[in-house]
Amino acid sequence: MKDLKIDTEDNLHAEAWAKSTARNKLPKHVPPDHPSQYGNFSLPRNQQNWVDPSVPDHTLRPQEPYEGFNQPSENQSNHPHNPSSVQDIGLQMNDIIEINKILDWDPRTMLSNLSFLKQKIHQLQDLVDLIVGRRSPTMGRPDELVTQQQQLITADLTSIIVQLISTAGSLLPSVKNSLSAAGPSIPAEQLGQLGGVILNTSSSVNAAALPLSSDGGTKVIADQPNPVDPTSHLVIEHLDEHESKDEEDVEDGENLPPGSYEILQLEKEEILAPHTHFCTICGKGFKRDANLRMHMRGHGDEYKTPAALAKPHKDTGSEPVLIKRYSCPYVGCKRNKDHKKFQPLKTILCVKNHYKRTHCDKRYTCSRCNTKKFSVIADLKTHEKHCGKDKWLCSCGTTFSRKDKLFGHITLFQGHTPAIPLDEAKGQAGPSTQGETNEESHKLGNMNFGFASDGEVQDLMEDVKGMVDEPSGYYSPLTFDSSNFGGFNEFPRPSFDDPEGAFSFLIPGSCNYTRKSGGESTSTNNLS
Amino acid sequence: MKKQKMSSSSTTSGNPFDLLSDEIVFLVLDHLSPNPLDSKSFSLVCKSFYSLESLHRRSLRPLRTQHLPSVLSRYPNLSLLDLSLCPRVPDSSLHLLSSSPSLSLSLRSIDLSRSRFFSASGLTSLALRCINLVEVDVSNATELRDAGAAALAQAKNLERLRMSRCKMVTDMGVGCLAVGCRKLRELVLKWCLGVGDLGVGLVAVKCKELRTLDVSYLPISNKCLPSIMKLPYLEDLILEGCYGIDDDGLAALKDGCHSLKSLDISSCQSISQVGVPSITSGSTSLRHLNLSYCIPVTFALAGSLKRLSVLQTLKLDGCMVTISGLKALGDCCASLTELSLSKCAGVTDEGLSALVTKHRQLKKLDITCCRKITDVSIAHISRSCTELTSLRMESCTLVPKEAFVLIGQRCPHLEELDLTDNEIDDEGLEYISRCSRIRVLKLGICLNITDKGLSCIGGACPKLIELDLYRSAGVTGVGILSIARGCPSLEIINVSYCNDITDASLMSLSKCSSLNTLECRGCPLITSLGISAIAVSCRKLTKLDIKKCGNIDDTGMIPLAHYSQNLRQINLSYTSVTDVGLLSLASVSCLQSMTILHLKGLTACGLAAALLTCGGLTKVKLQSSFRSMLPHLLFDHLEARGCTFHWRNKVFQAELDPKCWKIQLEEQMQ
Repeated sequence: MKDLKIDTEDNLHAEAWAKSTARNKLPKHVPPDHPSQYGNFSLPRNQQNWVDPSVPDHTLRPQEPYEGFNQPSENQSNHPHNPSSVQDIGLQMNDIIEINKILDWDPRTMLSNLSFLKQKIHQLQDLVDLIVGRRSPTMGRPDELVTQQQQLITADLTSIIVQLISTAGSLLPSVKNSLSAAGPSIPAEQLGQLGGVILNTSSSVNAAALPLSSDGGTKVIADQPNPVDPTSHLVIEHLDEHESKDEEDVEDGENLPPGSYEILQLEKEEILAPHTHFCTICGKGFKRDANLRMHMRGHGDEYKTPAALAKPHKDTGSEPVLIKRYSCPYVGCKRNKDHKKFQPLKTILCVKNHYKRTHCDKRYTCSRCNTKKFSVIADLKTHEKHCGKDKWLCSCGTTFSRKDKLFGHITLFQGHTPAIPLDEAKGQAGPSTQGETNEESHKLGNMNFGFASDGEVQDLMEDVKGMVDEPSGYYSPLTFDSSNFGGFNEFPRPSFDDPEGAFSFLIPGSCNYTRKSGGESTSTNNLS
Repeated sequence: MKKQKMSSSSTTSGNPFDLLSDEIVFLVLDHLSPNPLDSKSFSLVCKSFYSLESLHRRSLRPLRTQHLPSVLSRYPNLSLLDLSLCPRVPDSSLHLLSSSPSLSLSLRSIDLSRSRFFSASGLTSLALRCINLVEVDVSNATELRDAGAAALAQAKNLERLRMSRCKMVTDMGVGCLAVGCRKLRELVLKWCLGVGDLGVGLVAVKCKELRTLDVSYLPISNKCLPSIMKLPYLEDLILEGCYGIDDDGLAALKDGCHSLKSLDISSCQSISQVGVPSITSGSTSLRHLNLSYCIPVTFALAGSLKRLSVLQTLKLDGCMVTISGLKALGDCCASLTELSLSKCAGVTDEGLSALVTKHRQLKKLDITCCRKITDVSIAHISRSCTELTSLRMESCTLVPKEAFVLIGQRCPHLEELDLTDNEIDDEGLEYISRCSRIRVLKLGICLNITDKGLSCIGGACPKLIELDLYRSAGVTGVGILSIARGCPSLEIINVSYCNDITDASLMSLSKCSSLNTLECRGCPLITSLGISAIAVSCRKLTKLDIKKCGNIDDTGMIPLAHYSQNLRQINLSYTSVTDVGLLSLASVSCLQSMTILHLKGLTACGLAAALLTCGGLTKVKLQSSFRSMLPHLLFDHLEARGCTFHWRNKVFQAELDPKCWKIQLEEQMQ
């Protein structure tokens, strides 16, 4: 058992390192045969490692979590016993990644990997329990080291869990994106508290969660909005040689526009990520950093200190804070900083909403009206609050919640006309709505608008009914109850290009009428 | 066809009319008097005249929509269809109209102002098929909704649209009209209470051809005025009773609308004197201005009116008037020809005299109810305004009888004179009779006049068309006789409460064959004999009021029913008519309005039968006791036919003494 334990320790060191490198995909910077003493790892170096790959190779990102995590998970099964193999795996992985992974992964194999991984996790847990249970001073090592080792094991363990989660999450495309932002959110002080090994692991986790390719890029990558200190998570242009801590400075120096604000640009993936804050330990994503901090308490007492729980916002308070403005990554957009008439966005939230509204598909359809579509779910919810209440309709199909807005719209556009809802018209004549009878506009209106368009069909139906009913119900004030015709609105209506044809339908009815009343006296007395 | 007819006739029959070509007959018909009976007589001459008249006729006012199919086939070239006599115009009738191939091309104007039961469906087919439709009147279609307005909006060529009192129409409907009918020149939205700034504003934005816009009594505010004022051709703007418009809104008039010729801001109570300068500075070409019930007429107002150099008509009815204001008015608006000061408080001799001496070319003057004026004003008026054609001075009670001599002497061009409730006597009438062009003479409540004065009128005023002798109790049969002899073109006469009028008077009046309105309320001496005489001779009679003529009974109704086929309105209250008379009257197919209160001989069954027989009824005033006596279904049925019932529950009212009814009335009021 003791052997095992020692082995484990060594292996753990080696493995931690191998993992970190593997996920960093920087085999050149950190060769696989690098000595496994964590003491050698300098903080800046480490960070550089994970920052470096920041070059966005977006096409690859979604796949990477799978590749990055599944492969090792398989191999990790034996890593406690086989340190060298771990390194190999690291190498393998790097190779695979560098070969430019065009993967067509098979979910089934992934699933099997997953279960395998689970098994190993159990093993690991047992192992760690054992270590914890057998912790003793006879080890001859300083207590601190022991605890560090323990932490290392725990971190290792959790890293596997992270892999598990991310692997599972890789099933869902959206989760892949979310993971991408996990990396940078380790507070510096946290790094300081932990020893090198821990640092390693954490960075490895970060790296794992931040599946970036390793080509030294110059493109700007920004992390998801972090109210605490957004810029600290932004990877700025020409960042390759800089540590994450210096990001701000870099940015300050390089991105100062003629205007007095700095322009930040998030990448598409960051913008679309559902979560912006990720637990460095378990990888869980959060929308707010406060929620993340609450969550972190569950990971240990060190996260319960007031300092850890406080908003880390004021750290940079001493420096003069520049006004930050954001640029949309979509080239050609007015909100893109390369646009001639660039108009910056004020907050990251603005960026997100702008990007989704302007450059993304409108995926959310209102379930009530089935016509309105939105790309921002909040917009849908806002709409649903009013859906059905938008009673001011234009013939073009646009609805307005306010009458003056509708009239402004109609004033603006030629040929548009107010559309009278059928219930208001009491079905007496739906058609009405179409002020324009010229066929072009008619068709136009019919294309996208529900009942404005089917005027003629409905009209015909009513006509017919009116004719039929007329002789018998002559003395009833309303010859027909038109509410029956509400249903006709639902029918897809042909556009009547030929009004003559449409009305030829009427003629039989009118003939009937003529016949019926033809017998009446036509004395000229009645003319005056 | 025509050639055949020509050749055959010239060879065989030798009918001289056959030599006339159709075109010549059409020209002759063009000159036929507007009286519909004339063309009817013409068409009954022979077959060819019948067909020619059918082809020639352009306008038609049918009584029932039931006859439309045959009527439409007979008159293929109708361009004006007036359905105001048809209380019930269902959609089917409109479908029928629009499906007639010839009519759908020729129809240019349709009047539905008194009709009900049509809806958007009928209007749609009308608008879509009758492509040349230019004028539509759907006033009083209180059940018409936005859909109906939108249906009308499909009439692309519509130029004149009147839709007053379409209360259910909102901005949306008017918006459709604005977008659809771009050629609109005249739009009347009076009393369309659902229409506000947005609708009117959109109309102003979209319908650039508008000449006449009536937005009276709409809940509009200042917001829509700027766009209205940008209408390039707007000539006539009626803003009567728009409480939402104030002085700030009128500022919009400052910049614009040089085309504006007529402006009516009467009863706009939010407008004060402050706003008037904006009107006068902006629209200097204004010809007609109506400030009634709106702004006090002061010196300042007159000052701001000075800029309107071409103003012809100024109406200041019901305004507070100051002497200085009237005097100042005299110095401005030199071209004024028509002035109305009726019911103005504060009109005095001093002010009015100063005013009229400056405006010598006045043609129409209305000083109704200016109770402070005396003979001084009349003297000034008659001296300076010798061109007067119309003088209305009802209830100028301080004017002594001598003053009317002056009017008769100095205003020879008078055509319309309203002397109701004045002190005029026979001598005055004698002088008034010098105005030989007089057409309308109102002598109601002139208690000083007798047959002598009236005989002078009858002897000298052959053009008299309307004579009102309401409660002028001094008039008897002699006076009426002279009127009947001297005024053959008399159309309207009111002899109500002239107690001495007898059957002989009516018989003499029956010589006036153009008579269409006869009101002889409260003439107890009139019997069925007189009514019969009127009925036989006055075939154009459309309105008859014999209320409180207790001696008229069924024997009067039978000839009336037989001869007066044009009778539309009758008041039979307090007469001795019974079921029989009412039933016979019901055969008058034109009859639309009946007032039958306090008919002792009327039973529920007789009433029901009469109501059911009379198919064209639109309005019946009834004792409310009948409501419970007759089944509900009957009334429902009649209402569905287009008839409305007015239920009255007045107790039987004893007649006031004719000689002193005015005093009694005043006592009652107090």
